[in-house]
Amino acid sequence: MDLHNFKTDYPEALKTEEITLNMGPQHPSTHGALRLILRLDGERVVSARPDFGYVHRGLEKMAESLSYIQYIQITDRIDYLSSIMNEWSFCLAVEALAGIEVPKRAEYLRVLTGELCRISSHLVWLGAMGMDLGAFTPLTYTFRDREMVLELFDLLCGQRMTFNYIRIGGVVRDLPPEFTDQARVFIKYFEKMPDIYDQLLSDNPIFLMRMREVGYLSAAAAHSHAVTGPNLRGSGVAQDLRRSDPYSVYPEFDFQVVTHPEGDALARYRVRVEEMRQSARIVAQVLEGLPEGGIKTKVPRVLKIPPGEAYSRVESSRGIQGFYLVSDGSVKPARCRIRVPSFANLSVLPQMVKGVKVADVVAILGSLDIIIPEIDR
Amino acid sequence: MRYLLEPAELFPPLLEGLRGLAVWAGLPVMAGDWAGAVLVMLALFAFCAVAVMVLVYAERKVAGHMQARIGPMRVGWHGVLQVIADTIKLIVKETWIPGSADRWVYRCAPYVVFMAGFLALIALPLDRDLTPAHLNLGLIYIVAVGTPGVIGILMAGWSSGNKYSLIGGMRSAAQMISYEVPLLISLMGVVMISGTLDLHMIVESQRVPYIIFQPLGFLIFLISAVAETNRNPFDIPEAESELTGGFHTEYGGIRFAYFFLAEYLNMFVLSALAATLFLGGWQGPWFPGWVWLLAKTGAILFLFIWFRWTFPRFRADQLMDLSWKILTPLAFLNLLATGLVLVLL
Repeated sequence: MDLHNFKTDYPEALKTEEITLNMGPQHPSTHGALRLILRLDGERVVSARPDFGYVHRGLEKMAESLSYIQYIQITDRIDYLSSIMNEWSFCLAVEALAGIEVPKRAEYLRVLTGELCRISSHLVWLGAMGMDLGAFTPLTYTFRDREMVLELFDLLCGQRMTFNYIRIGGVVRDLPPEFTDQARVFIKYFEKMPDIYDQLLSDNPIFLMRMREVGYLSAAAAHSHAVTGPNLRGSGVAQDLRRSDPYSVYPEFDFQVVTHPEGDALARYRVRVEEMRQSARIVAQVLEGLPEGGIKTKVPRVLKIPPGEAYSRVESSRGIQGFYLVSDGSVKPARCRIRVPSFANLSVLPQMVKGVKVADVVAILGSLDIIIPEIDR
Repeated sequence: MRYLLEPAELFPPLLEGLRGLAVWAGLPVMAGDWAGAVLVMLALFAFCAVAVMVLVYAERKVAGHMQARIGPMRVGWHGVLQVIADTIKLIVKETWIPGSADRWVYRCAPYVVFMAGFLALIALPLDRDLTPAHLNLGLIYIVAVGTPGVIGILMAGWSSGNKYSLIGGMRSAAQMISYEVPLLISLMGVVMISGTLDLHMIVESQRVPYIIFQPLGFLIFLISAVAETNRNPFDIPEAESELTGGFHTEYGGIRFAYFFLAEYLNMFVLSALAATLFLGGWQGPWFPGWVWLLAKTGAILFLFIWFRWTFPRFRADQLMDLSWKILTPLAFLNLLATGLVLVLL
């Protein structure tokens, strides 16, 4: 089947009036306040235009009136499912500007929380993906397992969603004594879980029918829209900042960059499920090799940063998450610009849904794993 | 003269009493018969309400335990009164008609859908002597009265003045018409073996349940029945993640309750029909017949619930493929094989 050119032509006599369907901003499958303006010919999508900005909070502007340390907790709200990555990339930018070194133990803790965060984010996606296709049960299973991750975070920093854990120059708290054991229990438990998800979803012929050869994204199209993360790896491009432009202590860990060449929704599904396994592997390695030492470099309480600019980026659960900071030498950033993966990932949607059925729009949107507050910022 | 309803078969003393009452009041004897018919209808309505409530509760509990949770627990012991609380909520809710709706069609639609399921209940043999109306064409009757339900859904989808409802209604019409074909043909095997359309005779002719002779027929019937009732994996008419609520997006309160009632009632009717045709109906040792019938119906209903909470949803065109390219040919093949065996043996 030629996936590049979906057949959209059928006899002239069948042509009927097109209708415009507003999918959202309040709609069960747009994962938040996203509005898709669909032009439909029957059930076939003629064109789609995403309309967003419903949860714009001015996070970039907010940075200009908050000190660097105060802004860390705001970054949690960008992509609420991978808060650690947002804090991380912000702190990386500030550290680059101020020339602050981070202790080894703190780097390990950042990796540990980052990968736990990736697992929890992918679990939410997995449940929501099943939900988009009409299978309710995977959601309850993944949320049950995510609960264990959230309990770990609760133990670590007293928060379940907006962690506010990473600090400029390190992290805010060391591991509590019972954390390591509980994390090991989780890793042991989680080993077999991806197989169970597969039994529920990807072993199911209906699921395969809905996902295979649906929402094809070529590597070229992905590159031209700056798509990153699992969506890009699902098109067969082995681009993962943790490997291709390593930050922190990632080179010390043994993990695979998961790619699937097919470029359809199923490939993106497989990439994410496998990535959870790899993240669990990294967490296990961190727990094994956690070095002793301090968790935070001493940083003045009122942090004045020399003038300059810096760009940092990390591999978040959805792709490249970056911060561009400009400092004028004061205690607040002069400018802050956030590069979010979901914005680019959503920009490719209109061309992916052209010519497909309404039901597939939901599947494709779900397989792209976008987070609306991140797009709107 | 045979009335559609024959309460005489149910409670002869009651009918006698009613006739006496009619004569005493100076009315024709017929009035007593009609009063009896109305009473039977009321009893049936009560039965269907109770059956649906039990079914909804069972579904929520089963779903809960399948999903690593426990289901309703708050209202009453283990949440048994939850359904009643929900019913009261739906009844007292304000009924509201959207401004763009076609008012009368919008109002009528839920009752059309409900009547389709309810009328089928009349001919279902719950036990040897417990059938509201014993029709010698019972099977045809049940299948025939079930069909107008799709008109009700189409009415709801069209009259709501909502694009989601419209798409849902259209999908539903296409789906239900498509699945009616394999559903009917899969039943014909049973009819050929038993040689009758009378549900009583079909049950009594089953020395062993017909599922032994008609495994393929049963399978096709089961799949088509799930599709007929718009249940997952065939719930695309109300596909929540795409069409919010499908044809009943704009409905609330008691009108929504009727759609809800109809969906579960249809499930019950089709399961009971499957139990009657394929699993030996009321026949079984030790217990009274209706217990057996309800138990067999319950087993099939469990399958319905199991499907719903396990499978993702088909896409509309895949659903059509399944019906026309797989199930319908298979059903014809089944019919052919049954015919050949009957002729050769």
